[in-house]
Amino acid sequence: MKAVSRPWYAASLEWVDARFPLTKMWDEHLAKYYAPKNFNFWYYFGSLALLVLVIQIGTGIWLTMNYKPDAERAFESVEYIMRDVEWGWFIRYMHSTGASAFFVVIYLHMFRGMIYGSYKTPRELIWLIGMLIYLTLMGEAFFGYLLPWGQMSFWGAKVIVSLFGAIPVIGEWLSTLVRGDFGISDVTLNRFFALHVVAMPLILCALVVVHILALHEVGSNNPDGVEIKKKKGPDGVPLDGIPFHPYYTVKDIVGVAGFFIVYFGIIFFAPEVGGYFIEHNNFIPADPFKTPSHIAPVWYFTPYYSVLRATTSEFMWVVAIGTVLLVLLYWKEFKGAWRLVVPIAALALVGGYFTIDAKFWGVVLMGLSVLIFCALPWLDRSQVKSIRYRGPLTRIALAVFVVSFLVLGYLGTKTPTVALTRAAQVCTVLYFAYFLLMPIYSRIDTTKPVPERVTH
Amino acid sequence: MKFRLLPLLVLLSTGAHAAGGENLMHAEVDLGNRASLQRGARTFVNYCVSCHSAGYARYSRVASDLGIPEKVVAENMMFTTEKVGDTMQVAMRKEDGEAWFGVAPPDLSVIARARGADWLTTFLSTFYLDPKRPAGANNLAFPDTAMPHVLWELQGLKRASTETRVEGGREVTRVVGLETVSAGLQSDEDYAGTVRDLVNFLVYLGEPAKLVRYKIGFWVMLFLFGFFWIAYLLKKEYWRDVH
Repeated sequence: MKAVSRPWYAASLEWVDARFPLTKMWDEHLAKYYAPKNFNFWYYFGSLALLVLVIQIGTGIWLTMNYKPDAERAFESVEYIMRDVEWGWFIRYMHSTGASAFFVVIYLHMFRGMIYGSYKTPRELIWLIGMLIYLTLMGEAFFGYLLPWGQMSFWGAKVIVSLFGAIPVIGEWLSTLVRGDFGISDVTLNRFFALHVVAMPLILCALVVVHILALHEVGSNNPDGVEIKKKKGPDGVPLDGIPFHPYYTVKDIVGVAGFFIVYFGIIFFAPEVGGYFIEHNNFIPADPFKTPSHIAPVWYFTPYYSVLRATTSEFMWVVAIGTVLLVLLYWKEFKGAWRLVVPIAALALVGGYFTIDAKFWGVVLMGLSVLIFCALPWLDRSQVKSIRYRGPLTRIALAVFVVSFLVLGYLGTKTPTVALTRAAQVCTVLYFAYFLLMPIYSRIDTTKPVPERVTH
Repeated sequence: MKFRLLPLLVLLSTGAHAAGGENLMHAEVDLGNRASLQRGARTFVNYCVSCHSAGYARYSRVASDLGIPEKVVAENMMFTTEKVGDTMQVAMRKEDGEAWFGVAPPDLSVIARARGADWLTTFLSTFYLDPKRPAGANNLAFPDTAMPHVLWELQGLKRASTETRVEGGREVTRVVGLETVSAGLQSDEDYAGTVRDLVNFLVYLGEPAKLVRYKIGFWVMLFLFGFFWIAYLLKKEYWRDVH
């Protein structure tokens, strides 16, 4: 046999491939992962979320080198980073802006899933794993926000942790467990630091891997909601699919460049974003004896915070009527024993609305307003995935949802007045109506014929 | 059922915004004006640092940022330390501050970021005589402040002219203006300049990186727009065979 001379790198790759599936993984996830060719603007945010995660981990590592998780020194050490650490201000702004950017990108990524029905069969698990990522991210952001140890860090954490106290019986025990103390203290700061820099990032990274693995198993959805795997060429490659690398890698670089223009624009020219990304009160060191006159969570939590505040004892009447209406609306769906269980459960609930304090139900509704996204794959009864081929009802419902989410978010940053609380209550009703009425309007809505192949 | 979070939530829902955004004066911040920053630094060390620290700021950094020779800083600006690399500490002990003023004077390193330049300008400009206050002075931006009118010898003394009106069946007394009781060392315009310089310096002190970040940001943006353009062309080139 004639010896073939091959370059050293080919030989090395062969050596590795015999021991680790490097080429196989490269092919599976990049070079031979076939993505629909009709991705549009909304499809940038998945890769951008990954980018922001990497940025947060990278800047986080460097911040940790100089940050001191100690109630006496935390605030000081952040200012030390801002002044005395070389490029410390830059790293810190990348991290603080990155936190908000993460939520912007994730909200747009979720919105993409909602308009194109990406949560529908066979992608329910991808959606659920994504929700887990979102919840972990909320935890990550919440724990991290305590670390600068400013007034908003302290009082924000105090308010959120005391929400656990609203849970009957175990509430107080639970919030003490979270804090590690009877109030927010040095102990709390230490454990939040541990959770923020070790536990949450580890879970996040693991979940992101699972999210991508699940996606690559079933393949990406697209703006037309067409399954490209149904139409394959003789080589087994979907006719409307193109290899992720190089096509989407080069395309995503454009997305990265666009994102960077906004992201670094904020970092260099307006890192506080008028008090929305970095709150003014957080430049006052935490003081357990001085309650700020206005406590608001950071913008990405305010829609849910609004739901919490909207739930007054008066509002429980609305919730009660809503509960009864839902049972009547879906009465046909309940069969057999459910016809007994559901009314009893509903009655018990309504009884609870007026015996247990409204604040408790506020916490419940707030939790529900986050978790209800998980139910989307089963609430949506349309035969069609993409909004492109759905009728006016779905479009109107989605528009109402987006507006109510944004208005709730805005109201959550404001000091409530009677009128603003009323507005928040209206938006809370609309917010939940979008989800809870979806089984009806998504089914009866008209649809347009979905094409066989993706359009351009 | 009773919950411990109730009082807290009630507190949240009734609070108004801290600074009370109404009727604030406008601060003319210009970090490019080095002479103004230097004058502000002089006022700061002469009047503020007797009670307030700026515990995160170093004299040497102020010197290099504002273009003041370290020797000048060491001889004219440092009263509590010998080392130019030290932070701006205060001679007064925290306990004394609490005993004398009822509250320890806060550190001023990041006060401009917490309060905002407009609020600081209003605060420093609107002290007026009030015999009911321990230090004899009250303030329009910060009612019942513990701080005495430290800059009185520059500004002079002002008196509040009030107006009492019947609003909703009750008599309400409001401060409508400040009038001079005795003139200070500076005219009103000069004092406004002093306040502007001091606030300018406090804005710098709150974030020294502000001196450089706009300049760096300009070049970063320039690069990113170029990068975007090239990335776009690259994408177009690759995607030619898809369309």
